[in-house]
Amino acid sequence: MRKVSRLSRFNIASLALGLAFLYLPILILVLYSFNASRLVTVWGGWSLRWYREFFKDRAMIEAAWMSLRVAVSSATIATLLGTLAAVALSRGERFRGRTLFSGMLYAPLVMPEVITGLSLLLLFVALNAERGFWTVTIAHTTLTMCFVAVVVQSRLGSLDRSLEEAAMDLGCNPVRAFMAVTLPLIAPAIVAGWMLAFTLSLDDLVIASFTTGPGSATLPIRIYSEVRLGVKPEINAICTLVIALIAVVIVIASLASKLSSSQGESAAPL
Amino acid sequence: MAEELPGRDVQADVTGGDALPAAGQPLLRIEGVAKRFGTFRAVDGVSLDIKSGEFFALLGPSGCGKTTLLRMLAGFEAPDEGHILLGGKDIAQALPHERPINMMFQNYALFPHLSVRDNIAFGLKRAGMARAEIATRVAEMVALVKLEGLEKRKPDQLSGGQRQRVALARALARRPQLLLLDEPLAALDKKLRESTQGELMELQRRLGMTFIIVTHDQEEAMTMASRIGVMKAGKLAQVASPRELYEAPRSRWIAEFVGDINLFDGETKLRDGHRLVIGTRDAGALVVAEPREPLGTGKFAVAIRPEKVKLSRRAPVSEAGRETAINLLDGVIADICYLGGTTTYKVKLDSGGMLQASVVNSARLDVDAYSLNQHVVAWFTPDDCVVLPS
Repeated sequence: MRKVSRLSRFNIASLALGLAFLYLPILILVLYSFNASRLVTVWGGWSLRWYREFFKDRAMIEAAWMSLRVAVSSATIATLLGTLAAVALSRGERFRGRTLFSGMLYAPLVMPEVITGLSLLLLFVALNAERGFWTVTIAHTTLTMCFVAVVVQSRLGSLDRSLEEAAMDLGCNPVRAFMAVTLPLIAPAIVAGWMLAFTLSLDDLVIASFTTGPGSATLPIRIYSEVRLGVKPEINAICTLVIALIAVVIVIASLASKLSSSQGESAAPL
Repeated sequence: MAEELPGRDVQADVTGGDALPAAGQPLLRIEGVAKRFGTFRAVDGVSLDIKSGEFFALLGPSGCGKTTLLRMLAGFEAPDEGHILLGGKDIAQALPHERPINMMFQNYALFPHLSVRDNIAFGLKRAGMARAEIATRVAEMVALVKLEGLEKRKPDQLSGGQRQRVALARALARRPQLLLLDEPLAALDKKLRESTQGELMELQRRLGMTFIIVTHDQEEAMTMASRIGVMKAGKLAQVASPRELYEAPRSRWIAEFVGDINLFDGETKLRDGHRLVIGTRDAGALVVAEPREPLGTGKFAVAIRPEKVKLSRRAPVSEAGRETAINLLDGVIADICYLGGTTTYKVKLDSGGMLQASVVNSARLDVDAYSLNQHVVAWFTPDDCVVLPS
């Protein structure tokens, strides 16, 4: 017993170290967002001053609103396309080059963002598209669709094919079988995919800066340009808000995947 | 068995059973059905008639095409050749939801997001049945498979045996003309499997429904089915009653596949009325009964089931004149396998071969048991042998 408890003390220590490594910087950022002092590194007492500053900063608010709109719309489109792609690849008849297609679907996962961003920029320039909300949305859809497809496809892969067959056997045509059985069972993965796409879009800087136009900066672009002129405590406040938002989204996503695992099948990988 | 039996007359209300066959006609006729996967012929020209009310088993080793055949009946695969006639109507190309056939899946395929009740009601809802009627039918099915009180449970809150019952109830709820069962008991342990076998048979008799079961377990097929179709490499090797299959296998392969058997290769030496003498390499000359279809001459195998072989310490004394009709083989016990109810002895014959004999342990004390290296006489009558083309 003593040996076990010593081991577990070591485990607790290593866990604490690991968590500190991950979360100490964030913790400091959150702490300093409540700092009354104008200087970022000097503690001047508790205050909500920088939150007020942020809500008065029109440009920053606009950037945040832009980011939120882009994240919601790109995540929704990506979820739709990604789910369709996953269903087609895992449920469709075997067709020539299917392996190639599924490989190509996942390529953006490992593609450097600079390349994705640059190629999209070239495309938009070639098409003479006005750069702004829609170009960023399309770019983010491109980036996040493959993540949704991965999440949904792994869920589909763990689903027993005979469930759909049973539904057809019991009187459903293939489309109704999908709606009545497959869709409810992969719904948690679809929700998780949406959340993933949403957070990815929210924090993307590289692709957004390639594909956005004048006057429509997203929040990360805005923050980055502000920071280049020196870190204002207001940035800490904004970042804290973003962290809070992402934390909420992640909690919902993990609840969704927990819901799916309580249905007897393996959870979506998140 | 207090619950009311669902009658045959209401069978057609869900599945539009205008296709019930006239008396004497088979319910299901499979004509020259073939299915290829690439160049592999999974099912290779199978023809078979299934009568209404029959309990039919498709038996075969894995990969013999029995599941593919079943899936073609259910509509999950379309045959490349041939016809599948249900009550005279060709359904070979019909989609699964267009057939008055239901299937019980090997892993049950219960919908994990639905309760027991909703699983059973699933097919009834698709059929557009009225709510009240669905409730009545579900209650009837729940009672039929003895799942009362579990209606609100989800499949993952049920035991394996209970899941099997839900799957059965779900497949029966639509009152199909034909119920297909794909290895329905494979996931259950031995004791449960045996009791479930009995329940399935009893259910089938009471409902008067036609069952086709796919299994690789010959004991299961023998226990439950009234007729068995043995499949090998996509073809039907023999269709017969369990008894005929066991006692009169049509080929050497079937004889070896169904149950244990001793096989001795040899040639015809002598014909004496209804008796044939076949000279075998391993067991000397064996007297066998001539099969119904005359054999001609050539190479044959003499097949004898282990339980047909009797053992004794000395040659059996029989009525005068009958001794010549008995095959007597001398040997020593080479191996003993005690199985509780029976003991299987391997006898090393003096003529060189090995012979398995299965002896019922009718006495509790081992006074009758043989010991290793003991000299014994193994004997069997000509009628106990089957002659098979080699």
